[in-house]
Amino acid sequence: MGKPETIVDKIWKKHEVHKEEGRPDLLYIDLHLVHEVTSPQAFEGLRINNRKVRRPDLTYATMDHNVPTKNRDVIKDQVAQNQMETLKKNCEDNGIKLADMYHPDQGIVHVIGPQLGLTQPGKTIVCGDSHTSTHGAFGALAFGIGTSEVEHVLATQTIWQERPKTMQVKVEGDLGPGVTAKDLILAIISKFGVRFGTGYVLEYTGEAVRNLSMEGRMTVCNMSIEAGARAGLISPDETTVEFLKGKEYVPEGEAFDELAEEWLQLATDHDAVYDKTVTINAEEIEPQVSWGTNPGMCVPVNGTTPDLNEVDYREDVERALEYMGLEQNQPITSIEIDHVFIGSCTNSRLSDLQKAAAIVKGKQVKSGVRAIVVPGSFSIKLQAEKEGLDTIFKDAGFEWREAGCSMCLAMNDDVVPIGGRCASTSNRNFEGRQGNGARTHLVSPEMAAAAAIEGHFVDVRKYAELVG
Amino acid sequence: MEAINTHKGLVYPLNRTNIDTDQIIPKQFLKRIERTGFGQFLFYHWRFDDDGNKRSDFSLNNAEYQGASILLAGENFGCGSSREHAPWALADYGFRVIIAPSFADIFYNNSLKNGIIPIKIAESELDEWMKAAEDSQLVLDVNLENQSITDGNGKEIHFDIPEYHKEKLLNGWDDIDLTLHQEAKISAYEAAR
Ligand code: SF4
Repeated sequence: MGKPETIVDKIWKKHEVHKEEGRPDLLYIDLHLVHEVTSPQAFEGLRINNRKVRRPDLTYATMDHNVPTKNRDVIKDQVAQNQMETLKKNCEDNGIKLADMYHPDQGIVHVIGPQLGLTQPGKTIVCGDSHTSTHGAFGALAFGIGTSEVEHVLATQTIWQERPKTMQVKVEGDLGPGVTAKDLILAIISKFGVRFGTGYVLEYTGEAVRNLSMEGRMTVCNMSIEAGARAGLISPDETTVEFLKGKEYVPEGEAFDELAEEWLQLATDHDAVYDKTVTINAEEIEPQVSWGTNPGMCVPVNGTTPDLNEVDYREDVERALEYMGLEQNQPITSIEIDHVFIGSCTNSRLSDLQKAAAIVKGKQVKSGVRAIVVPGSFSIKLQAEKEGLDTIFKDAGFEWREAGCSMCLAMNDDVVPIGGRCASTSNRNFEGRQGNGARTHLVSPEMAAAAAIEGHFVDVRKYAELVG
Repeated sequence: MEAINTHKGLVYPLNRTNIDTDQIIPKQFLKRIERTGFGQFLFYHWRFDDDGNKRSDFSLNNAEYQGASILLAGENFGCGSSREHAPWALADYGFRVIIAPSFADIFYNNSLKNGIIPIKIAESELDEWMKAAEDSQLVLDVNLENQSITDGNGKEIHFDIPEYHKEKLLNGWDDIDLTLHQEAKISAYEAAR
């Protein structure tokens, strides 16, 4: 037997095209996902230099960031329209598959990759989007890249990468009832800070992680970037295999069984050594709400905003509280919201919608609160409608939308107004993220649903039996 | 990419930590399909109020910082989204060097591809220059070849930068060209799968 290896070691070894002492390695890329916002300049670069897309067959594009979620045919913004048309043209010219706005496979890029089975264990996956780490949930090495790198991958199907260090994020014990994958990742970032992962690939391990569904694992890996890590992953297991079985781009029959066997072999070996390990106890984690302007600024829902005398970086905390319109030592449950957004690549999958619907069912959105649900993909939307979730949401006073990024970054019309306060299932609470002057509180779908009904944050565990 | 070796310029101090790419260039400016012209939108909501007027409470608008080309910032500069529009905006505005105790990984890479030198310097070492630049105008002289920064008052700081990044900046090399030298290896790799 060889030396025990981490999953990152195994994937890396299989993808090295070129290696030289003292330089980054040239890695082969198995899947390149493309969307409208970070790709036009890359295609333009190819054109200027007379270069071709090397492997259109390993490239897959969709439209998600800019698309209207109310009425697909109404794009008021000509510049956005142009960006989408540019993607269409670039895909046509280069023979790249595109799930455009009207395509049944359309959706947020990090939702459709797994849903189609394009995302698979052991693959190297890149996309001009920092939340590419989502795909790590499957035991893929997946990370976000800039537009120059998008151009590079289009032209060469490779990327220069320094071998990252590995960090095990060990989650001991199991999550309590009513505590979600979102609470877990928010608690991790709040405990270790928004830059603890810089320079590392995170591997999430432990009982609580094993017990998560693939949706939950995607939620966790999705936010690795908010901890500074370009990639976060989870070793594949039976849950992974089960999820991928029967997906469109996954082989069937014997070929599948062989592939599944290979996938399971990728898991980090017992006794493999990480460069670093951090540990968190899942049993202590409570439902989380972010109070500030970065995802590390989070506390349990029964907590308060910080005491200015007890923080490092006092000025930054002061700035954040001021932007958020909050006082120090303010109880989280006293914070009233006027917007609720259930969506984004973090929490817009079917199970997210099911759990939120279970809480909302038969109740009414608090008056004065505008609440919207934006499914992560067209196919999730259809499935949810089949299950009658749309009716539950609409009856309660939610808006039910078409798939897209929507209010996660408010590039389309779905904007939180200046001074508006939103309970959001997305991943970033940066200043202005959901609209200039908008205030974002990051929460789980359950917490967002409960806030929509009650008009302020509550300990969502009181609804735990509804969610089951 | 333009080669860069030495750069002498006026410093703009932005003493905040975790400055994210949403602040560097807000999303409403990401819809354009060009690489140029993003400088006018740099730090947009910090520089301009809701009516598009310059804010008096953001010092980049102050007369003494006009023409600044070296940015000093706090920990974790450029965190968040992978948008390369962030270094495009910084470069287009006129920044050629960014000095911070730490950078977000993707931003760091994106900067290098756009002729910006990202320099990591410990907070304790940076502090003095941060204060000096806040109090009055500070000019720094950056020498990439020697990996040094001097302030004209006898203070000199040495910085680390990986050799291959340095080489690329000094020569203005294009990554894709370099990679295409390995074309045979890429083809061989593909054939072997
Ligand atoms: S949902 Fe939000 S975070 Fe996810 S890809 Fe879209 S804009 Fe980015």
